[in-house]
Amino acid sequence: MNKEENVIEVKNLTKNFGKFCAVCEVNFSVKKGEILGLLGPNGAGKSTIIRILTTLTRPTKGRAKVANLDIEKKSDEVRKHIGLVAEKIILYNHLTADENLQFFGHLNGLSSETIKERSDRWLKRLSMEEWRDHQSGTYSTGMKQRINIARALLTEPEILFLDEPTLGLDPQTTWLIRDFIRELNKKGTAMILTTHDMHEAEILSDRVAIVDHGKIVALDTVENLKKLVPNIENPTLEDVFLELTGKDIRDTAKKSAPVERRGHFGGPTNNRVR
Amino acid sequence: MKKILSDLWQIAKKDLLEFRRDRIRLVTFIIMPIFMMILTGFIFPSQNSIKNISIGIANQDNQTVSNQLQTTIENLAPANNQKAFKAKTYSDLGAIKNGIKNQEVNGGLVIPSDFSAKLNTNQQAEVIIVEDQSNPQISALATQTLSQVVNAFSQQVGMQKVNQILTTRVQVQGASAQSFIQPIITKLEGLIPGETNYFEFVAPGIMAMVVMTAVLTGLAASVAREKEQGTLDGIMIAPISRLSIILGKATSQSIRGLIQGIIVMLLAIFLFGVTIHGNIFLVFLLLVLGIFSFVGLGILVSAAVTEQETATQLLFMFQFPMLFLSGVFFPIQQMPSIMQKIAYLLPLTYAIQALRKVMILGAGIMAVRTELIILLVFGAVTLIIAVPLFRRMVTR
Repeated sequence: MNKEENVIEVKNLTKNFGKFCAVCEVNFSVKKGEILGLLGPNGAGKSTIIRILTTLTRPTKGRAKVANLDIEKKSDEVRKHIGLVAEKIILYNHLTADENLQFFGHLNGLSSETIKERSDRWLKRLSMEEWRDHQSGTYSTGMKQRINIARALLTEPEILFLDEPTLGLDPQTTWLIRDFIRELNKKGTAMILTTHDMHEAEILSDRVAIVDHGKIVALDTVENLKKLVPNIENPTLEDVFLELTGKDIRDTAKKSAPVERRGHFGGPTNNRVR
Repeated sequence: MKKILSDLWQIAKKDLLEFRRDRIRLVTFIIMPIFMMILTGFIFPSQNSIKNISIGIANQDNQTVSNQLQTTIENLAPANNQKAFKAKTYSDLGAIKNGIKNQEVNGGLVIPSDFSAKLNTNQQAEVIIVEDQSNPQISALATQTLSQVVNAFSQQVGMQKVNQILTTRVQVQGASAQSFIQPIITKLEGLIPGETNYFEFVAPGIMAMVVMTAVLTGLAASVAREKEQGTLDGIMIAPISRLSIILGKATSQSIRGLIQGIIVMLLAIFLFGVTIHGNIFLVFLLLVLGIFSFVGLGILVSAAVTEQETATQLLFMFQFPMLFLSGVFFPIQQMPSIMQKIAYLLPLTYAIQALRKVMILGAGIMAVRTELIILLVFGAVTLIIAVPLFRRMVTR
């Protein structure tokens, strides 16, 4: 697989919950070793996209390939190539870090020796070595998230899905995790990262997709996205985000109401996908 | 297949380890069957036993024979040397009635002043049993026991009289007084030696019920908990068969159910003196098949619900009527025919029926083959429906 090859390809991907369209005809691709940031208001459909690509939810329409494998027809195979750091931390509170890692490692078909060797490596890198024999229920949120990341990396996946990995963490842990994400990316791991932290999206992502009402309203490099708000001098990613998605509160608004999007600064939005 | 079994075992092992570490769940798990057995054992004691019922006795005759009758009643001790009655002395019928009104006693017996005189003059004497109509159950028990005692006493007196006649007036070869007083007697023949009590009837029912609850509620609650916590996603994203996920969880719940079933059985044997007359391995086989018959239903509910609370509520709706319809506490034969028909649609009915046959009557495998087949078929059919549904519904 060369560096320009797509590891994720999404075509007209749609997910309806009843009459509500959570993901509507979404198209994008992710190259090997690329980090694609997904930005969007609450309820925009970011997590649903991740759930579909990780085979946890079936799409209603459209196609998607992950690691060149169809997510519906080859879902078992797809799962061998991916890792997931979901919104909710995937750890059992009554099990120690080691027991959690052994359990998930075995489910992924790894031998006890391989799990031990990889756990040692990741726990050391994430400064959790001393806590490996403590039950996860006794950890702080930051500690849990570090073990959660180690769990997702046990299989050394070529594609990693990170759903708000630094949500609610202190600056130190946030820094450690971001640094670790960069390090993994340098080794060639492709990632899809959702976040509400504009700074995080800017410093980590090669490209950013802005998702709103289940659709991708813009997808480009951060530099190019910033050009979408020519009326602001030195715009930030947040300026772009608010310009494209507006200031209406989303997750409590009526979902069926037709949305006429007006730009943050009065003008209509330009939906651009590159 | 080997991979499915190995993944299944990993999940079951993890569930059991997690369960063992959760002290509150562990304590509830052990206490629940103990609680259930003790409560049932004490609330529904052996139906033959009568203990310490307060009665009033007005012995207006106060002669040798009437005093003998009074002493017999006062000292009656049918079980465990505990007296049947706590007798209190009253002057007459009116005083006993007042005693009942004041809730001092639950019934009474009046021996009229002409009692001995009538017996001595070869007339029929009479005693009055007074009943407390405000408490029909206790009253029925007291009345029945008092009548039996009086009848037995009456026979004794009759025999003495007939013996007198036989020895002094009539010369009949080999004649006994009993053949005149009670020419016909009945003899009860059961399938097993000794008497059975209500607890022997109810213990197999509770065993089956506890096991069923563990599998049905436990499985649905366990899957719903993992959905709520998000850990199910961690399992679902592993490259393993969905079959091994759900069967792994079912295995850990089944092991827990069996342990609870064994706790109930041990308590029944050691605390309440229940004897298992049949083959113990057959009892286990029936419990395992009982579990098997419920796994499919458990999976269906697990697939449908996302929250523990919903799972518990939904299952309570099924379980509560099932407890009463399947004959855990009352024999199905006492129910109206429409209820009996419903009862025979429930797998728990067959599990209990078979367990009773084996545990109480010592039946062998051939005697319970119909129940075994029904449980097996019910389990297989529900599993065939439930597993593909689970696969689809968890990735909605």
